[in-house]
Order: sequence, then C-alpha cells, then structure tokens
Amino acid sequence: MQKYSALSLLRNALSGHRDWQPAWRKPDPKPAYDAIIVGGGGHGLSTAYYLAKEHGLTNIAVLEKGWLGSGNIGRNTTIVRSNYMLPDNNRFYEWSMKLWEGLSLDLNYNVMFSQRGVLNLAHTPSQLDDYARRGNSMRLEGIDAELLGREEVARMVPGLDMSPSARFPVLGGLLQPRAGTARHDAVAWGYARAADARGVDIIENCEVTGFLREGGRIVGVETTRGEIRAPKVGVAVAGSTSQVLRLAGIERLPIESHVLQAFVSEPVKPILDCVVTFGAGHLYISQSDKGGLVFGGDIDKYNSYAQRGNLPVVEHVMSEVSVMLPFVSRLRLLRNWGGIMDMSMDGSPIITTGPLPGLYLNAGWCYGGFKATPASGWCFAWTMARDEPHPLNAPFTLDRFQRGYVLDERGAGPYPKMH
Amino acid sequence: MRIHCPCCGPRGVAEFSYGGDGTIRRPDLAVTDTDAHVAYVYERENPRGPHVELWHHIGGCRHWLRVTRDTLTHEISSVEMAGRFAGDAARMPGAGA
Repeated sequence: MQKYSALSLLRNALSGHRDWQPAWRKPDPKPAYDAIIVGGGGHGLSTAYYLAKEHGLTNIAVLEKGWLGSGNIGRNTTIVRSNYMLPDNNRFYEWSMKLWEGLSLDLNYNVMFSQRGVLNLAHTPSQLDDYARRGNSMRLEGIDAELLGREEVARMVPGLDMSPSARFPVLGGLLQPRAGTARHDAVAWGYARAADARGVDIIENCEVTGFLREGGRIVGVETTRGEIRAPKVGVAVAGSTSQVLRLAGIERLPIESHVLQAFVSEPVKPILDCVVTFGAGHLYISQSDKGGLVFGGDIDKYNSYAQRGNLPVVEHVMSEVSVMLPFVSRLRLLRNWGGIMDMSMDGSPIITTGPLPGLYLNAGWCYGGFKATPASGWCFAWTMARDEPHPLNAPFTLDRFQRGYVLDERGAGPYPKMH
Repeated sequence: MRIHCPCCGPRGVAEFSYGGDGTIRRPDLAVTDTDAHVAYVYERENPRGPHVELWHHIGGCRHWLRVTRDTLTHEISSVEMAGRFAGDAARMPGAGA
C-alpha cells in the first residue's frame, strides 16, 4: 500500500499526480477463503479490516453486489455520537466513538472526523428532565454530556428561532461535545484500502444468489461470479438482510425494511458549526465542509425497498427545519435521496453468530448504522473469529427477542416504524 | 403514494397510519408455546415485492384497510376493508370512485 502523508502529497504534486496507485485492487474471486463477508458497505468493510488486523485472518473476501459503498454508507447524514441511555447501547457506541477518534491514523486515510458536538434541543421542562437523566446515564459510563440552558444554546447556535413567540420555545439542550460528523464515503474507502493492504479481496459487482450447505452447515455462497467456499460467512447487508437470509432458508426475522430520506441544501457560507437536533419533532442537521446543510427526519413509516420516499415526509422535514432554523427556508434544496434501513423490532442492532452454523449476522441498524461502523466491524470480526460475541455485543444477539431481553431505547414497543 | 379507500375514494398517504404486516395472526391466548407468540410479536417476512399490510384511514373514515402493495415500486394492487367490515368493499360509498 502506498502510504499517504504530506510528503507523498508533495511528491505526487511535483510529478503531476500521475503516479498515484489505485486505493484497492480489483481481484477475481478465488474458489475458497477462510471467511466471506457479504456486503461491501461500511460494516462489511470494517469487519474485514478488523478480522485481518485484530485476528490475523487475511484470506478473506468481501462480496459487494454493486460498487463499493453504494448503499447506506453513502446515503446517511454522517452523524457520529454515543448519547444513548441504556448502558448496553452506551458501552457499544462509546467504544465506536473511541475507534472513531483514532480512525484516520489507524487507516492512514483521512475520514474527516470532526468532533463538532451534537446538541439535542429541549422544548419542554419534562424533555429537559429527560435529557438530564440521559446525560447522567452517559456520564455514569464515562461519556461526555453537558446539559445546557437556554442562553448557552442561543450562543452556540445563532440561527435558532429563540424568540419568545416561537412555536416550540427552546428551553435548553443536551450536548455531547465529542460527537460530530465524518466524511461517509471516505470511511468506506479508507476501510477498503486498509483491508486490501492486509490481503483482503474486495470483489465488486458480485451478487450472492444462494448459499452452499453441507449437513445443515453453511460452507460458502453461490454468486454471479461463481461458487465461493468458506467455513464462515458473515452477512452485513443492511436493508437487504431479509432478502439475503431467505436464500439461506431463513424466512422470518425481527426486521422490517423501511426507507429513510435525507436532504442537502445549496452550499452557503459557514452558519452551523455543530450538529443540532430538533426536540419537538425528529430532525437532525449539520453543515458539510462544502457548505451544504445536510439534514433528515423520520423514516417514511411503511415497508419499502425503494430507494426513494414520498412527499409527505419531505414536506414534514422541510416544515421542521424552517421552524427550528428560519433562515433555511430561504435556501434551495439541492437534492434528496433515500436509503433502505433494516429496522429491528426493538430499535437495537443484531451482531450475532447464526442463525445457522457457519453463518454470522450483522443487521438491525435502524437509522443509526453509520456511527456504529467501527465498533460494528470490530465486534462482528470478534464474533466471527471466536464463534462467540464480545461482551460489547453480547446483548445484541438474535435470541434476545425470544428471551425477552429486548433493548428498546425509546420504549416504543415492537413497532419498527416507531424506532 | 395514494391509497384508494373503499369508503372515501383515492386519498393521499398522509391521511393514513401504517399498521404493518397484515398477514400475521395472534395465536390463541390458550397457546402456551412461547415460539408462536414470539413469532407474532417480532418475526416478519419483510418481502421485497407484493406485501399484504394494514393501513388505518385515521384522517378519513377511520376504517382499517388490508392493502396489497409492492414494497419495491410502491404500486398498490388491491385495497379491502379489514376487520368486521371485511368483504364489504363493494357496498362502500368510495367503491368505483
């Protein structure tokens, strides 16, 4: 692997940028590997990277149906945070945050991780109490959390509607200063490059069409580029989880696929230097380095595999953003898009061995998968290498629904559209 | 997306609330096998393609509807009355509207 540094940038500038090597190879699939990861998104690529780095398993392949990073890793709103309330979620997402903090150095790839803070606005006294409780839960786990008053919020985000007559008056907020954003595509590219450098074969345009079984055990996959055998097959395909596992004979899972839309405005000068979420509805907004305001709201709330949504949600999100930050109503929308979320029944993820021998499952990310990318791969790699979950993902098993140990962060019940 | 309500005629999706998979049935409460109840509460087929699902016309007649919709194209192929009005679609004022 060509190491990236200020010196290499200078050297390549002097030679007219003609000598850069491709960031990863494009190998043909081998007939067999020690492990296969289905899904070349953020979670699949980080799993491959940590399998190679932490567990010495380098004879592995990542199979991607389309091109690398064409799914949710390139469709999210780039937010990274660990401001949960349930201890099991807090520990997992905080481990992810710690991996984020060293990620650019670890991968030798600038993922543009920016700890600009995530601020949740409170609009009622009870919401402020709830945030105080969540902040305390975070601090008990050693995570940074600050409860801000109205004046502090007004100083931090000048564009907010803080007028006394505001439809949803701002009373304060919960801030996680270490949270922020990262460049989503760079995360996929960085993990791909670093995994490739350790010998991982990343095979694009290779769709899994079936599973090979021997005596009830999964021993490989059938693909559009031929049979590939491996004693361990990990599946990390987000919204397509039900579809892919159906090929292995698993007909029903605690997952529904829903579409989540996201939006970006025309670029403007710097106006918003943190991530802000609207507490009266569901909206999160930040400003990209290019200047565009990146924001999103709720899922469309019906099962969907279409990577596009409907207009009522667009209208709802636009109303929210113009109530919270009135100046945004003067901007033009540059584009919007949709991604397919693997909404789990309790709103928490699944990183587990099974559901069949030789098979491993990473799914159920709802719309919180991006921030989890490093820890998800790290824990899934551990689970695949050692055939048992790490303590961090032990609560995220598939059988928790059977056992009654659901992790329902919002207390919303078994309704995917509510998480 | 518009749903043709048998009672009210074609209406925008914003008038409706989604009720999820319409094929699942609650097991008899006398069934003590946990698996049947776990399957009812948590497990879904989640198909890519035609999906039978429930919608509540909350901003209209408040009837529950059984809708067959393609989850890939959003195309709706049939809408029927659900619950105790099942089979009554043809007699509803919105029929044929």
